[in-house]
Amino acid sequence: MNQLIAFVKKEFLHVFRDRKTLLMLFGLPIVQIILFGFALSNEIKNAKIAILDHARDQASQQIIGKLQTSGQFEIYESLLSHRQIEEAFKAGKIKMAIVFPANFNQDLLHQHAAQVQLIADASDPNTATTLTGYASRIIMDYQDELLQSQRLPYQINTTVSMVYNPGLKSAINFVPGVMSLILLLVCVLMTSVSIVREKESGTMEVLLVSPFNPFLVIVSKALPYLALSLINLTVILLLSVFVLGMPVNGSIFLLYAISTLFIITALSLGLLISNSTASQQSAMLISLMGMLVPSILFTGFMFPLENMPYPLQLVSHIIPAKWYYTVVKSIMVKGLGFAAVWKETLILAGMTLALLVFNIRKFKTRLE
Amino acid sequence: MRILRFLLQKEFRQIFRNKALLPLLFVAPMMQLLILPLAADYEVKNINISIVDHDHSSYSRQLVSKITASGYFRLTDYHSSFDDAFIEIESDRSDLILEIPEGFERRLIREDEQTLFIAINAINGVKANLGGEYLGRIIGDYNRTVRLEWMQMPKFNLFPTIGIAVSNWFNPTMNYQFYMVPGILALLVTMIGAYMCALNIVKEKEVGTIEQINVTPIKKYQFILGKLIPFWIIGMLLFSVGLFGIGGLVYGIVPVGSLLLLYVFLAVYLIAVLGLGLLISTYSETQQQAMSVAFFFMMVFILMSGLFTSIDSMPGWAYVIAQLSPITYFIEVMRMIVLKGSGFADIQLHFVVMIGFAIFFNGWAILNYRKTS
Repeated sequence: MNQLIAFVKKEFLHVFRDRKTLLMLFGLPIVQIILFGFALSNEIKNAKIAILDHARDQASQQIIGKLQTSGQFEIYESLLSHRQIEEAFKAGKIKMAIVFPANFNQDLLHQHAAQVQLIADASDPNTATTLTGYASRIIMDYQDELLQSQRLPYQINTTVSMVYNPGLKSAINFVPGVMSLILLLVCVLMTSVSIVREKESGTMEVLLVSPFNPFLVIVSKALPYLALSLINLTVILLLSVFVLGMPVNGSIFLLYAISTLFIITALSLGLLISNSTASQQSAMLISLMGMLVPSILFTGFMFPLENMPYPLQLVSHIIPAKWYYTVVKSIMVKGLGFAAVWKETLILAGMTLALLVFNIRKFKTRLE
Repeated sequence: MRILRFLLQKEFRQIFRNKALLPLLFVAPMMQLLILPLAADYEVKNINISIVDHDHSSYSRQLVSKITASGYFRLTDYHSSFDDAFIEIESDRSDLILEIPEGFERRLIREDEQTLFIAINAINGVKANLGGEYLGRIIGDYNRTVRLEWMQMPKFNLFPTIGIAVSNWFNPTMNYQFYMVPGILALLVTMIGAYMCALNIVKEKEVGTIEQINVTPIKKYQFILGKLIPFWIIGMLLFSVGLFGIGGLVYGIVPVGSLLLLYVFLAVYLIAVLGLGLLISTYSETQQQAMSVAFFFMMVFILMSGLFTSIDSMPGWAYVIAQLSPITYFIEVMRMIVLKGSGFADIQLHFVVMIGFAIFFNGWAILNYRKTS
């Protein structure tokens, strides 16, 4: 026991005496959760569009007015010719162009049919689909207004309720995602260098000749980061509730318990990387290059996982952040209890156990 | 010049003799480029729907079969009550509930009007919006069929209708991978460049070999060039393999615009990014410090770069931050040249900004690098 305390103390001193890293360790999650909580959303707002209005009549002006007040579009400029559309697209100035043909209003009133052309920059297919969808809806609304007086028979209406997120705020989706991402990456990153640094600077030899237990070394490497990550978690939770307006509908105790488990999973993963590499450089490259982008994609807060090809869905199962993200959503937003998240908890616990066993197996007590 | 050549020789040897690092440098990014674009797809399909049918009439059945036949929805189950169905939403097995009230068919015909109830899991707002819109469209279509059954429609259309013709330029097949591959490639090249460059100098500090260099007559700029050039070359190589090997052969992306322009921009961009790496390394004592700083900037740059989410929809202050990141410009230029064939006139502003970044980061790094301790 004394041995463990001595080891833990040494590791704590290591961490606390490196002021710059400590600052990053705390500053990074705070800045990022606020930044991404506010800035990230997969909505599309203020998209710049151009209008090519050959008609310049009442109907086209009214539709343009509606587009302008919708908040989704920002009319960047009015064009004069078709050729200018391509130029504007190439210069990246606009995302969509709307073309009204000549005599638009007359066609609409007398022939009861008129055409509008929507030209989208589909190099970004998602934005293109969304924008043409928005614009079509606005034009259809205008059309409905024209026949407001007539009420149609046999009308099927719908009442839609947006469960869990009536305001359709993107923070509800992104904050749990960013939370799992930051916790995972910070923990993995910090621990991934811890053992390999001792190897590189040669102090490992000192440890190896002492009568220590390999398990002890591993535990003492992880403990300071566990403590720091719990503080980080608290700060992140406070920020997301009080600054970003996230609800906590479930048990905060349960959330803490599973978060602690998740942090331990991440720390064990970091230790495993540290154990299996020979230099800090490769350890960091693995934890940064290897994990950053895959974690962003496979956690499922950016792109829906169920859209991915089946093999990639299988890949997403091995990303711990994916399971934790589900847990955070279930507890914070949906307000569910342990009965709803036991499966995720079990998976995280299993991962942790497997990682720790690997760690002990991999830990070499001999120099090579 | 001779000194520089020796320095370069040393750096390249160091890189190529590190057998553990080499696969990380080349294989890992290429594997990611191969796999990740497949995972990044916004298209919403396979929306799981639970149905609570209190009516059990031929109309309610017709409506349900229309919904399942549309291709957007996947019927998870029928439920006898709304509460039962809600459990499916809680456990994420279902995204959407459609509740058909009792007497739906009878009352629709008699009372001319009926209301269906839809509940959507709105945690992911975009998916919820789209799901609601698709479902609304299908119900509207069905409504029209019912109406036609019961009333004689006039031969001529008395209501004004606006036809909407949509054309999708530059990517008519709406292939999302065309959009993601250039972006992800830009990102990977950036990460490799910035991390490697940041870690490299700090490693010399940590191991102590930097002192040997500090006591030689090697000039500051020679030392820094010696560090920059190898990673600049690696970045160029990596980019070419990614663009032609994986982008071209696997995803079938052929750059529409001028390759020369793309490479000139890449050259400037790499200098800027490597400069950032250098700057970080001059401020750090240990590799851990360098890496946590680099990680912080990378994460902000990546998530704010417009790679995954639209920059235009960010709040004003966040938009400004996005404009301060070199990756934002590079991803934009990549997509403009590769997909739309934009020319020099279209991206001259990007060029100016990027040259500015390059001078700023490198200048600061050289100023801050001290040969004395």
